[in-house]
Amino acid sequence: MMKKLLTGNEAIAQGAWEAGVIYAAAYPGTPSTEILENIAEFKNDILAEWAPNEKVALEAAIGVSVVGGRSLSAMKMVGVNVAADPLFSFAYSGVNGGLVLVSADDPGCHSSQNEQDNRYYAKFAKIAMVEPSDSQEAKDMVKAALAISEEFDTPVLLRVTTRICHSKSIVETGPREPAPKKPYQRDVLKYDLVPATVRIRRVAVEARLGRLRNFTETTELNRVEWHDRRIGVITSGVGYQYAREVFGDGASYLKLGFTFPLPLQKIRSFAAAVETLYVVEELEPYLEEQIKAAGIPCVGKEKIPAIGELSPDIVAQALTGVRDPFPDTDPARVVARPPLLCAGCPHRGFFYELSKIKDLMVTGDIGCYSLGGNAPLNAKDTCICMGASISMGHGVQKLYDRLGQSTRTVAVIGDSTFFHSGMTSLLHVAYNRGNVVTCIMDNRTTGMTGHQENPGSGFTLRGEPAPEADIPAIVRALGIKAVRTVNPLDLAEVREALTWALALSEPAVIITRWPCVLKKWSERDRREFGGPAKCVIRTDLCIGCQKCVKTGCPALRFDKSRRKTSIDPVQCTGCTVCLQVCPVKAISKAGE
Amino acid sequence: MSDVKSVLMVGVGGQGTILAGKILSLGLMAAGHDVKMSEVHGMAQRGGSVSNQVRFGERVFSPIIGKGQADILVAFEKMEALRWLEYLKPTGVAVVNDFQIPSGPILVGQRDYPADILEELRSRVNTVVVQASEIAAGLGNVRAMNLVLLGALVQCLQLNPDDFTAEIARSVKPSTIELNLAAFYAGMAAVR
Repeated sequence: MMKKLLTGNEAIAQGAWEAGVIYAAAYPGTPSTEILENIAEFKNDILAEWAPNEKVALEAAIGVSVVGGRSLSAMKMVGVNVAADPLFSFAYSGVNGGLVLVSADDPGCHSSQNEQDNRYYAKFAKIAMVEPSDSQEAKDMVKAALAISEEFDTPVLLRVTTRICHSKSIVETGPREPAPKKPYQRDVLKYDLVPATVRIRRVAVEARLGRLRNFTETTELNRVEWHDRRIGVITSGVGYQYAREVFGDGASYLKLGFTFPLPLQKIRSFAAAVETLYVVEELEPYLEEQIKAAGIPCVGKEKIPAIGELSPDIVAQALTGVRDPFPDTDPARVVARPPLLCAGCPHRGFFYELSKIKDLMVTGDIGCYSLGGNAPLNAKDTCICMGASISMGHGVQKLYDRLGQSTRTVAVIGDSTFFHSGMTSLLHVAYNRGNVVTCIMDNRTTGMTGHQENPGSGFTLRGEPAPEADIPAIVRALGIKAVRTVNPLDLAEVREALTWALALSEPAVIITRWPCVLKKWSERDRREFGGPAKCVIRTDLCIGCQKCVKTGCPALRFDKSRRKTSIDPVQCTGCTVCLQVCPVKAISKAGE
Repeated sequence: MSDVKSVLMVGVGGQGTILAGKILSLGLMAAGHDVKMSEVHGMAQRGGSVSNQVRFGERVFSPIIGKGQADILVAFEKMEALRWLEYLKPTGVAVVNDFQIPSGPILVGQRDYPADILEELRSRVNTVVVQASEIAAGLGNVRAMNLVLLGALVQCLQLNPDDFTAEIARSVKPSTIELNLAAFYAGMAAVR
């Protein structure tokens, strides 16, 4: 036993290792990304892989489970939407080796495009669910979930949230307990879900739910902490910590760790033993609805917000009406600090040119380039979900063309997002003779989530060399004939390519190829893209026109009183976008 | 009621706020405290506002605090101090690096960097100003300002510096251990 300070994500990885997991797969997504990165550290014991998307990740884990190995798949909450297809059917098959699906939800949308509460997936798919409240529980519950998975023949949803994933707390670690692969015997009445099998398994799912309803009443994952009985709190996940913070020993708690199916008998007797019953849960009234449906009165979302993250002060204000005093400030004095495309970001030059085109609709996607829609570039109209840029852009252009409207459409998508689900969208464009211009911004990595390898980067999660998926070849194979690869930092080249593509009456693809400045450049990157450089400005030549600062580069600073721009040498990477937009040639590359 | 202390560290992506919080947390754990630390990831690396919370004591429940609940606010950038001031207890201490990093709207000339931030902070709470970038630059590398501020924080909370020096040595590049330790002690001295 050793004590370590671990994030929830690190603890989940530790739990997977201790529980004998032999295979894990994921697609990166905040706040789940570090789970697989940490599992990959257990090189000798666990085979860890990045998948092109969450559906593939879960299906690979399902394959391992079916033939008898313990497996895990991790994803952010919207990733479960992508993986929902295999999930709902595998819920019928059940497991051989235990399988845990980690859903990392993002209350408050720190880095997400919606605020869905994935606890409903467990109820919807009729599978068991556990919800840890800190890192120790995250580790312990991975182990418990795998045991439950095998005992009850069910995949188990381990549902965490941003504050569990990214908070550190003390964890007692233990040794790996080997879980030898179980024998696999062909069993078409379990694993071959043709309709005749499905009807049999449909009954088995209900029988399993009955057994799980007994289990949830007795498992120690659902525990009562008796203190003052005037107030009772039913809670799960990080909500437990907030409730303890607010009420201390001034309330009793029914702390739910196994949250589907719910222990309604235990809840009923707890409710009967307290005077006022609160349900403290983040996001939707998932517990509350089921408790109220069982005829047990409680107070929940009529007081506690369903929108955004909770915190101890929000729970205190909602349930006690008391909030700690805090210093007055004038929010108008503080200037916003929105995230920016980095100095030297290869997306900047491309968006700068895109923003100058009139009568254009730009459909965007999920990644750093979603920042291309912000001021001062303002070069994007939409963002919905992974891969949607191309298919949405196709729809937009089809309607405009049908109506005879001259507006053109550009879809903007990153390399990793293209591999995730953009390829099928582009196939739709080619197949249906669309006319959207697709721009694949290949920055040689999965940027936004912190530089994970992907099928185009040449390496696997384990750092082993991998075949590089060839984007131009893929695009051509899908049926696109007009394909160009450009350097996004060369504004003239970008402008020329956009003009060319927008004039075509067939679908075109422009690939911008330049590595993310924050990523660790490989030897190959250096050979292809050169070494670091700096730009410098001659202040005496600067006329204060601010054309350069309109590229939104954080290395550029405009001094209003002197009406001059300066370049921060620490941040500048010598990308030369500012140099190219300067009308008086005041900017040059250092040493030239 | 509770002996738990709450530290809120705020800054701008790239300032080393997270590393300082990590060293603080590990040192506190080594000293026998229960510790929880929470940080906001995501787009923070892209020049956004970064926050990092460390809570320690006999037993810590919540990994995060709300408004009016920090015992000490350590701002690596002074406009961030103003942004997060509501999270400080009215009786708490604000440790502020006299250092400014303009944000997007300021860079493009839409807004001005707010004037007189230190005066405003002083008028509202007990404020300790640290010239962390100057101190770090004087020691040889301005990037060590995060360790200067960690030192100031350890001194303000009256913690034992020995609990943190081993963690500093383990957490930074071997070639920078000496610099970072010097920065840490200089930060302590700056607020003594």
